[in-house]
Amino acid sequence: MNRLFPAPLLSVALFVLWLLLNLSVSPGNLLLGAALGVLAPILMAPLRPQHAHIRRPLVVTRLIARVGLDVIVSNLLVARGVLRAGSRPPRSAFVHIPLAMRDAHGLAALSMITTVVPGTVWSELALDRSVLLLHVFDLEDEAAFIEHFKHTYERPLMEIFE
Amino acid sequence: MNGAVQLPFWLEFSVAALLLIGSLFALIGALGLVRLKDYFQRMHPPALASTIGAWCVALASILYFSALKQSPVLHAWLIPILLSITVPVTTLLLARAALFRKRTSGEAVPDEVSSGNDRGN
Repeated sequence: MNRLFPAPLLSVALFVLWLLLNLSVSPGNLLLGAALGVLAPILMAPLRPQHAHIRRPLVVTRLIARVGLDVIVSNLLVARGVLRAGSRPPRSAFVHIPLAMRDAHGLAALSMITTVVPGTVWSELALDRSVLLLHVFDLEDEAAFIEHFKHTYERPLMEIFE
Repeated sequence: MNGAVQLPFWLEFSVAALLLIGSLFALIGALGLVRLKDYFQRMHPPALASTIGAWCVALASILYFSALKQSPVLHAWLIPILLSITVPVTTLLLARAALFRKRTSGEAVPDEVSSGNDRGN
């Protein structure tokens, strides 16, 4: 953006984080939070050559809600898989997922989502970012899983970051 | 707890239920580490503790202390947010290391997904 606020969203997030951590809006904490919000992005700017462009706040909100819901559902599925592991071992498998997204920040968000949702672990990304190797805890139908994965996570992330 | 404020029953009940559910999922996650045989399968259950487990405990803490202090005490929710940022780092590292080791020792795992002359990292 500009030199004082290279990452405005990050500045706001750090400011809110500081106030929340201290549970206070006293002048001292407001000042310290503002200092953190201004200085940290400036000091970190040289480490991040690419700037993330986040668009479509509505899509962001919907994606977060969707991930929250998926986390709960897959928690129950993995818990059931663990409890029944003796009689019915989970059908774990590696899945190759062709990716259309190339944006580094979008991919970082995707890796976060897959790892936070139990039942999928991000295992490897091709150097040209065209294929993702994902380990799935209990895989029923590979083609359906890939379609579902691309539709629920990759497409919204492309709308947000690309 | 002998707080100055007497909390309503439904609130105490909700807090206790949330704590029990969170602990239950953390326990199942730990159980998975013992029961599952394959390394990559064992990467999944700990996510139960870092998601639902942490969410329920954080929510219980927010409910209890907000009621006790008669004002919203939201900072416990930072724990799930920061967990969801940091946990993937270690999980990814473990998955990459395990893939590398298993490939080196010739076990049945998929080949590197980078094709052509590129060398995987």
